[in-house]
Parts: sequence; C-alpha cells; structure tokens
Amino acid sequence: MLSSNNLSFNYPGGEVLKFPDLDCQAGETRLLLGKSGSGKTTLLQLLAGLRQPTTGQVIIKGQNLNDLSGTALDHFRGQNVGMIFQTAHFLRALTVWENLAMAQQLAGKAVDRSRIDGLLEQLDLGDKANSLTGRLSVGQQQRAAIARAIINQPAVIFADEPTSALDDDNTQQVIQLLQSQAAAVNATLLIVTHDNRLTGIIPQQTQL
Amino acid sequence: MNLLRLSWKNLTFKPLNALLSVLLFALSIGLISLLLSLREQADEQFDNNLAGINLVVGAKGSPLELTLNSMYHVGYATGNIKLGQIKAFFNPKHPIVEDVVPLSVGDSYRGYRIVGTVPKILDWYGAKLSSGTVWQHDFEVVVGEEVARVNGLSLGNKFKSNHGIIDEGDENNIEHDDDFTVVGILAPSGTVMDQLVLATNQTYWHSHEAHDEAAADHDDHEGHDHAGHNHTEDHAPTSLMEEDPEKEITSLLVRYKNASSFQALNFPRNINENTELLAANPAYEISEVRRQFDSGQRILGVLVMAITIVSALSIFIALFTSLRERRYELALMRTMGAGRGKLFLLIIMEGLIVAVIGYLLGILLSHGIMAILAGNVQDDFRYTVSATRFLTEEGWLFAAALFIGFLAAVIPAVQASKTDIAETLTDS
Repeated sequence: MLSSNNLSFNYPGGEVLKFPDLDCQAGETRLLLGKSGSGKTTLLQLLAGLRQPTTGQVIIKGQNLNDLSGTALDHFRGQNVGMIFQTAHFLRALTVWENLAMAQQLAGKAVDRSRIDGLLEQLDLGDKANSLTGRLSVGQQQRAAIARAIINQPAVIFADEPTSALDDDNTQQVIQLLQSQAAAVNATLLIVTHDNRLTGIIPQQTQL
Repeated sequence: MNLLRLSWKNLTFKPLNALLSVLLFALSIGLISLLLSLREQADEQFDNNLAGINLVVGAKGSPLELTLNSMYHVGYATGNIKLGQIKAFFNPKHPIVEDVVPLSVGDSYRGYRIVGTVPKILDWYGAKLSSGTVWQHDFEVVVGEEVARVNGLSLGNKFKSNHGIIDEGDENNIEHDDDFTVVGILAPSGTVMDQLVLATNQTYWHSHEAHDEAAADHDDHEGHDHAGHNHTEDHAPTSLMEEDPEKEITSLLVRYKNASSFQALNFPRNINENTELLAANPAYEISEVRRQFDSGQRILGVLVMAITIVSALSIFIALFTSLRERRYELALMRTMGAGRGKLFLLIIMEGLIVAVIGYLLGILLSHGIMAILAGNVQDDFRYTVSATRFLTEEGWLFAAALFIGFLAAVIPAVQASKTDIAETLTDS
C-alpha cells in the first residue's frame, strides 16, 4: 500500500538526509522513531508528496508520486492521503462540519452528509458539529483532525507527533481512535513520534 | 461549501478587517457615481431648457445673467426693454427671426416665479396642459406641475402674488392686491416650466400700476426691475404689438429661421453694437457655465482618484495581512487536495467580494445623497435631481470596481498560491 526506496533529500544548506526503505501493508500501523533533527518530519513530507525527494521514489496504492506533478499530485493527495499534525489546524472561519465537507470537496468528492454526521458521532463530536473549530478543546480539536484525515477513506494516514500536545488520557484515546479508524477504512497508519508512551502500544517500528 | 462561500466566510470571520476596505471602496464608487449622475442630469436639463432658443434679447448687462434669468429663471433680470425697441423682432418678414416669445418677470408666488408671456412658450418647451385651458385674459394663470403639487393648487383657485423674487417665508414681502386665478395646470415636462406660474405680459403692467408708490418705498428690494408700470384698461387678449410702445417687458426669447446662416451668426453682434439691447447666445453662455462645472469636476476627479487608489491599497493590505495569519490554513488546503489555482481564486474572490459590496454601498450612497439633494437643490437652482435614475456608466463602474478588486487581490493571491506546504506546516 505504501512503499519507498532509496529516499534522500538535500537541504539547500548542503545537509543530506538518507532514509531507510519502507514497505507497509494496508491496515498496518507503524511508528517512525528518531531523535529530533533526524529528519522524521522531512521523511513524512516526502512520503506525502509535500516535498520532492532528491533521489528515490514513493509509491502509494501503486502510484509513483514522482510521476505526478502540480494539481494532479494535490488531487491524489486529497483523495488518498490523510494528514494529522502536532497541532491541529483548521479553516478557522468554518464549523467542524464545514471543515469536513471542505475536505471532501477539495479532494474532488461530493459532500456526503451521512458520512460526516456518522463520523462526528463516532468521535464523540456530534454536538460540536456546528461549532467553530477555535471553540473546541485541544483534545476535541485533535479528534476533529482525525475525522478530517479519514473522511475520504484514504489509503495512507500520516500523523506527525499527534500526541505530543496531549495528556495521557487524551493520548490513549487519540491513538485508539486513530488505529480503529484506520482499521475501519483499511488504511496504512504511519505515526512519526518521539513519544515513548506510544512505543509500548505499537510494535511495528522503524528507527531513523 | 464552494470556494465563493469560503471566501465570504473568511471575510465575515473577521469583519472589521474588511470593513475599512469596504467603506473606502464605497466612498470612491459613491463619489464617482454621484459626479456622473449630477453631471448627466445637469446636462440634460440644460439641454431640455434650451428649447430651440437661439437668442435671448434683453436690457444691457451681463449676457450670462440675462440667459440664466430668462431661460432658467435663476438670478435677477438685467433690466427692462421697451416694446418699441423690439418691434422689429415681431415682424413675420424678419430675415433672421422666425419666432419670438416675450417675457415679463419679477414677481413670485411662494418662491415660484410668475412669468408674463404668451402661450406659445408651452410649445417651445414641449409642455402640455394636464387640465384646464391656457391663459388668455389678464390675471389668469397656468401653473407648472410642481407649483400646483407643492402649493396644493387646483383649477379655479385664487392667490395673490408677491412683489419681487423672494423666497417663501420672507416677512418683508409685499403682496400685490390683485387675485390671480388658476385656469390651467401643466403636465410634468422635465423643464423649467414645471416650476413657473404663467400669465400674460399685460398682467404685469396691471399688478404694478397701483403699486408705484409702494414700490418706491421699498427700494431696498433691489434687483427686481419690473416690466412697465403704466396703467392700462382691462384687457381682452390683445397682441403685444398693439400695445403702447413705451410699455416694458423683461426679455425676448428668439428662434432663428436658419441658425447656421451667416446673417444669423452675426446677428447678436449687430444688436449688441448697434442698439440699446443686449443679445446673448444661450448655447454659448451655457457652455461657459459648463466649463466652470468641468474645472470643478476635474478637481473633484483628482480627489476621487486618490480615494480610489487608497481604497485599492487598503484591500491589498487587508488581504496581505490576513495571508500571514492564514498561511497554515492555506497550506492545509493544499494537503487536502486544493491546487495552487484554487488558493489563487480564493484570495481573488475575497478581493472581488469587497469590491462588489463596496460598489453596492457606494451606489446606495450616491443615490441616497441625490435623494437628499433633490429636496434642497430644486428651490435654489430650479434644478431637478432624480435619485432613482441609473446610468449606463454605473454599469461600467461595476466592471471597473471588479477590475480594481482583482488588481488589489492579485499579488496576495499569487503569494497564496505559492504557499510552501512543507515549510509552513513544519514551522509550527
């Protein structure tokens, strides 16, 4: 479902980062571990097609990202990649519900009301559907971000330090949600983290 | 949730940021629309009131004053002229003059001027009676549409005139003793006829005959020279030419047989150099007035230009600052599948929305001001302003507004479309 080989990236300053090859199956959860500065986030960006690798390639669902460019890549990402960041970002002028609808539309899909309602219900955000995202608590925001990442049933979900801003309870809850939701759409879940609370839960790990 | 709605929500999310831009934009559009409308309507009324008149003949003085007084009924007369002096103009065999309309002015009724003249003037101005008949006997009057409406006059009503051209409410006015009787009311014609009270020229002589002594006591009412002060018998409708040549009227409106003939072109100069009369070419005088208008408009135009530039800048700055706050959002939209083109459009539409709202408010502003002006200007300048008329230029103004909105948004939009997702999202 997700594989990469021979990936490397040259920073403009001349620093070269080389990354181990990955090969993840559908439905698999894997941790990417590494010290700060080891290029975890850069790898995530390469895998998500947000950066162009200097060498190597990324293949998602049989599609080599190097073969896509510009709008086609944006579209492919919208449909097949879900992303969760350390701090949740939203379109601040829109409600939670509208943010999810926007995610469907930007991916080129029709707005599926029952899917949005159902997902918000599952993530215990049903009563927050019409709230602006700025009004949610941090934990609720992260759950809303998860909802947005999986709304389009992507093939791959990338999570960049999704728990570092959360307390233990919320961390537990978010990881469980991530895993169960990824499983529900049979997506590969790749979590970049240096959060030791996760290493005990998820056995598949790649060290940078 | 299409892009347009997202743009709208972005703008209304922090409405104060966009408010200044919208207001400035509305101000500039409003001023432009106001200038265009007033100009257009002024031109039109000047033209309507030209009524095919080629020449105004009166007593020596300022030709502009003579024109304004005789054709637009603004300001004071230059003096009076004796019938004997103008006999030639009434000659049907005159080589240049086709027709004339004599005017006697100087009195008023509640701020509306009473004009002694002949019914032919209605044809000249294209005015029609809506009820009643034309004036034939002395002290019969036909009132303009506005005069009747404002003063609630109807057929058969009687009123006294005021001596001199005075506004309503002046305590020191002198009332003439004789009653005027309304015999006709005009339909609205969009000309100065709407605002006049029309009577015979002879009426003026009657209403002033018994008044000579009184008038002498009131010389402080300066500037209103009167047509004739001699006594005559009660009149059956008679031609002015059968009257005593010593009698006076104020001025004469003249139409030429052939306005472009060589003789006609020299006619005013001949009169001015060889007679005691003043001949003024109204088209020329009015073009002088317009020239004054134009230079005033040019100054306003520069001001409006400056406001427009500032308002465009303000849209630009508002969008540009909002981009800094929103770069995460924009990067996020990219990760969700929005291409660069979409982000570009999103920002462009925000600029366009500001422009459209500003345009609508601006048009509302200018027509609102015109509605207020309409009440005030009419009394002072005999100039009717219509607030409900829209110009094709205002359509073009809409296109220009969209263009300015686009121009102000284009740099921020390019900036937005260049959002580097990786850099922005890592930078948290």
